[in-house]
Amino acid sequence: MFKAIKTSQLQLLAMIAAMLIIIVFFSVATEGAFISPRNISNLIRQTAIVGVLAIGMVFVIISAEIDLSVGSMMGLLGGVAAILDVWLHLPIALTILITVCAGLVLGLFNGWWIAYQRVPSFIVTLAGMLAFRGILVGLTDGATVAPTSSDLSIIGQSYIPSGWGISVIGVLCLGLVAQVYSRRKARVNHGLENTKAKFEYTKAFIVVAVLLGLLVSLENYRGIPTPILVMGGLILLATYIAKRTAFGRRVYAIGGNIEAARMSGVNVEWNKMWIFGFNGMMVAIAALILTSRLGAGSPSAGNMAELDAIAACVIGGTSLAGGIGTVFGAIMGALIMASLDNGMSMLDVPTFWQLIVKGSILLLAVWLDVKTKKTNK
Amino acid sequence: MTQPLLEMRNIVKSFSGVRALNGVSIKLTGGEVLSICGENGSGKSTLMKVLSGVWPFGSYEGDIFFEGQPVKASGIRDTEALGIVIIHQELALVKDMSILENIFLGNELGGFTQLNDEEMYRTTRDLLKQVKLDVSPNTLIRELGVGQQQLVEIAKALNKNVKLLILDEPTSSLTRNEIHILLDIVQGLKAQGIACIYISHKLDEVLALSNWVAVIRDGDHIGTKSATELTQNDIIGMMVGRELEELFPREEHDIGDVVLQVTHAQAMQAGASVPQVNDVSFTLRRGEILGIAGLIGSGRTELMQCIYGCYDGRYSASIEMEGKPLKIRSQREALASGIAMVPEDRKRHGIVPIMGVGKNISLSVLRDYITSFGGINLGSIDESRESQEIIDYISRLKVKTASPELPIKNLSGGNQQKAIIAKCLLTNPKILILDEPTRGIDVGAKYEIYKLMHALVKEGVSIIMVSSELPEVIGISDRVLVMHEGSLKGEFDHQGLTQEMIMNCAIKEGV
Repeated sequence: MFKAIKTSQLQLLAMIAAMLIIIVFFSVATEGAFISPRNISNLIRQTAIVGVLAIGMVFVIISAEIDLSVGSMMGLLGGVAAILDVWLHLPIALTILITVCAGLVLGLFNGWWIAYQRVPSFIVTLAGMLAFRGILVGLTDGATVAPTSSDLSIIGQSYIPSGWGISVIGVLCLGLVAQVYSRRKARVNHGLENTKAKFEYTKAFIVVAVLLGLLVSLENYRGIPTPILVMGGLILLATYIAKRTAFGRRVYAIGGNIEAARMSGVNVEWNKMWIFGFNGMMVAIAALILTSRLGAGSPSAGNMAELDAIAACVIGGTSLAGGIGTVFGAIMGALIMASLDNGMSMLDVPTFWQLIVKGSILLLAVWLDVKTKKTNK
Repeated sequence: MTQPLLEMRNIVKSFSGVRALNGVSIKLTGGEVLSICGENGSGKSTLMKVLSGVWPFGSYEGDIFFEGQPVKASGIRDTEALGIVIIHQELALVKDMSILENIFLGNELGGFTQLNDEEMYRTTRDLLKQVKLDVSPNTLIRELGVGQQQLVEIAKALNKNVKLLILDEPTSSLTRNEIHILLDIVQGLKAQGIACIYISHKLDEVLALSNWVAVIRDGDHIGTKSATELTQNDIIGMMVGRELEELFPREEHDIGDVVLQVTHAQAMQAGASVPQVNDVSFTLRRGEILGIAGLIGSGRTELMQCIYGCYDGRYSASIEMEGKPLKIRSQREALASGIAMVPEDRKRHGIVPIMGVGKNISLSVLRDYITSFGGINLGSIDESRESQEIIDYISRLKVKTASPELPIKNLSGGNQQKAIIAKCLLTNPKILILDEPTRGIDVGAKYEIYKLMHALVKEGVSIIMVSSELPEVIGISDRVLVMHEGSLKGEFDHQGLTQEMIMNCAIKEGV
């Protein structure tokens, strides 16, 4: 049986199993409070920020680069958003637009140094990590920028009206099943072997069931939180980019073998720069959610967030050597990290223990990954 | 009969249920050379990995005896301690360390706190003399050519107390001159009573060197015979299970007008004083196979890099294609102008190992599959058109793969090469540059690639083939250019051309 399961599927199963174990463990330990609608709503709202960061980061890591500036950049962009909102009273749409554009510019700036000037990404983004934080403190004079307008709060704190939520999830579920069907049909048309129908449809239905379960649970509290809808949209967009577009394909090729990609006529530098540009936009969106949730721009916001994002990607099966990784995996990684945080906080586990546990989980996840790859060779 | 130095009995090795070796037995006495022949993927390398301890005792069935003692190695260190040294096809040298440091890597001379540099220097110098490599022991590996690196590997093995030397395709990247040196060295080892297992696709070397020839096909031991009883055709027959009528199918080409005219090509590494390509001019005609011969380091590959826009130093060349001047500054521009290249180093420049065969094939032409959706360009790939073309090319080039989605690293070298050629053909090239197209590829796949080259030329594609294998250069090309130290030294028509003529031109100073 195991021979039939590919390494990537094994990894997926392991991740789902880990998630289940965590859920069961904390549910028992908190006597069900962990899976109460209110906590689930909290939990996935906590996931949103790291999740969005991980979406950008996973592209960077697949291309065999790294971005350490993400935390500081998020702080800076969050500060910019707060300044635009609190000090300049700009309309919310303009604040969002300017922040996202600023994120794009900062990302492209990183990418330009890395791709065209050939400074290693570790160094470029380490420099960014320091400098962006410095700019933030300089801009805000080290003070918190508050309070943000009620408009800005919508992004991070509001909930989707239930009618909307239900229809969005419904369309999503139908779309998913339809997609599996049409894909299988296309493969048959090209004479390609399909994975077992039972397997694929089971997978699709499990996803549908999880989505519906989540929907019921969230509707029981206050509805779907807006940041989760934003993250969901970005997951779809990023998965589409990774799997369906020429850009996505090139990202994998660059990470898999940059020399071969170059010899094949792929514009390696251009693509690399835009990977960082995309990452910058994701950071900007995460920054907007963060500022909106905090209701303020803080000079220390987003500190060390890059490590959470990298950890989420790695736990989700992204290879630091490049060429391997999925958006879904990174999101699962973010969810696992957030569940641990959330569950341990509920159990009043001291902060130092939380850090130790998270560190151990990261080590364990990668160790397992290395192990399974070796035996599957 | 004396006791054999090495005996492997009924070795069986499986990978997840698939038998890679199916009861192979070999025997070897000191001072003898045993060649192992077989197509790529036949199990030669697996057998050597079993012997050298890469696959530890217990992961295979069968027995190994060395000097009469059973071998139960748990890793390469154990077999090296016994005196079994393997030199792999892929060189295992640290590029940013010097020759000396590489040779003594892992068994440095001197104490824990102080290395004995002088002694190591002397030893290295002597070893280099032995392999006829005229460079300083402190030269960085990075600065050496592939052929020279191979010689360093051999020097490294000689430094260990070797009783059985295993050479896995040692000459696939060597020039004729270097091959001679290598064969001399092996003969010398023989005289010293050192045994050698020699794995090569070059059957003339095999016959010249070995006492015994063992043939493996699909993991089965077909037979071991004395080399004196065999001819090249016998071995090929045993390897492929069928007789090849001829190794190099010769077909007449209908040669047309000049397609490509390169004048005054010049290339120099930053900081170097000698140009790698020195004022080279040549023409290529439509429907022609132009062979480029020369020693490794003679500037052949660098010349191709100038044309393909990927030379990593300063270079200039005026290139005219079909009478129009062309400026090529990158691989993208080359591809856009109709020049495609199959690079020399397949692993490094050719394939994206973990990506599927199909995705590798379509990598150069993704742009062509991008569809716009309702007038908006979303950059998405029309996957149905893409898979259709991939499947067409896989069947046209006979790429043997279980599925287009299989990672390309799982394919044999020959099939990887065919996939890379497919990638080039998808770009619809007018000119196809093949740099060492059949290196490390088994006989059957070679033949298919030659056939394919002839078919392409008939369709009006022009081919430039750089090759170190002289029989191939002579057998396939219409016209042959010979390079020597960066300059063009001779031009020959294929008719009446002999290996000696090319070699004389490639090696000798002056004309």
